[in-house]
Amino acid sequence: MALKILAATRKGLFTLAPNGTASNPWRVERTDFLADNVSMVLADPRDGKLFAALDLGHFGVKMHTASGYGAPFVETATPAYPPKPEEANEVDMWGRPIPWSTVRVWGMETGGADEPGVIWCSTIPGALFRSSDSGATWEIVESLWRHPKRVAWMGGGADLPGMHSICVDPRCSKTVRVGVSSGGVWMTRDGGATWSNDNTGMWQDHAPEEFKFDPNGQDAHRLVQSPSNPDRMWIQHHNGIFRSDDGGSVWHEVLDVKPSSFGFAVSVHPKDPDTAWFVPEIKDEKRIPAGGELVVTRTRDGGKTFDILRRGLPQEHAYDIIYRHGMDVSASGNDLVIGSTTGGLWVSADQGDSWTEAAARLPPVYAVRFMEV
Amino acid sequence: MPRVVFTPAMQRHVKCPPVDVAGTTVREVLDAAFAIHPSARSYVLDDQSHVRKHVSIFCDGRMVRDRTRLAEAVSDDSQILIVPALSGG
Repeated sequence: MALKILAATRKGLFTLAPNGTASNPWRVERTDFLADNVSMVLADPRDGKLFAALDLGHFGVKMHTASGYGAPFVETATPAYPPKPEEANEVDMWGRPIPWSTVRVWGMETGGADEPGVIWCSTIPGALFRSSDSGATWEIVESLWRHPKRVAWMGGGADLPGMHSICVDPRCSKTVRVGVSSGGVWMTRDGGATWSNDNTGMWQDHAPEEFKFDPNGQDAHRLVQSPSNPDRMWIQHHNGIFRSDDGGSVWHEVLDVKPSSFGFAVSVHPKDPDTAWFVPEIKDEKRIPAGGELVVTRTRDGGKTFDILRRGLPQEHAYDIIYRHGMDVSASGNDLVIGSTTGGLWVSADQGDSWTEAAARLPPVYAVRFMEV
Repeated sequence: MPRVVFTPAMQRHVKCPPVDVAGTTVREVLDAAFAIHPSARSYVLDDQSHVRKHVSIFCDGRMVRDRTRLAEAVSDDSQILIVPALSGG
């Protein structure tokens, strides 16, 4: 099995493979959808199938699938919203109608090992879809879309609310948690029949007093769950970093993170719940790496302390942003990849201690994934 | 019969040459065209069967303004042109 990297970008899907040389260890092995906007990519380790979500601009969102790496991509069913009832007069913060139509695929994950063929897909405007036939057909999760609290979700990073993170609990595939910008964290324990966002601890300093602690208003930029201790979850939130030790019911703010606790991406070590990585940026109004130095932060003790990792990353006039799906960790926990808005892609084989530039001038990177082929 | 012509920009994604189909409104004509080219439908219409935000439809040189019902009448020799709107970049 060889480790490859899938990079979904503004202008295509790129697959990088090991190059066999120490000085230049990665190369682009394959391009798909060149010139098209690829917002999300997923490799299903259960059957080798690949999914790529395209945003064709004029012509909308289109899902493509390939039976395996190297097989041709073909267009398949795209998640679609149900007919909008006349009485549904929900509007965004500018008073414009919320479209009941897929604007962007913003998250995709496979179902549990015991659910072959199940794929979850999350979208802008904030909805969750489920396929039970490997993406041949999709059904919107009605219980969440029709939830009365859903209409209170707001945009976060985009004009419309967006669901970006899907965590299928490794202990029980029917327990799924999702992250919404801005709608906080939602959980089902019955495969999506019922949902709740009854959690505490997250807060946001930019909101009016009445809404600061409202779990339904939190801008969780990215939500991940520890595979080795699924009660441990991490959030890179608009307002900082939060950690849960009870499966997402209570969130604890992680303080004193240098150079910043603001960012978008978070990854958790697959075998060590206390080890997680973040990519810090100057908070909120600026959104650039502090001092023009691109760094990754790593905690190994559950957020008590952080290492600042910079060896091999650009340290002069680097204004790379790592979007929320722009970092991934391999199954071993040793390999990391980050892909940036300025088209840089860096790989680490030592848990972030050192990094190698794998590509310098890709289109803006939206999502990266390791894939074993 | 009215003729539906799909923009060349679509052909890279889905093959849909011009079709001559029956119908008395833009909606009827488009539905008939999509019966022949089913894959083209989602490129022109969104999930609610409204014209996509960044697609324009012209009927005999006039832009179709009713983008939700598509109820405008067409004549037997009308030409309906589907093009990407410049608003889409």
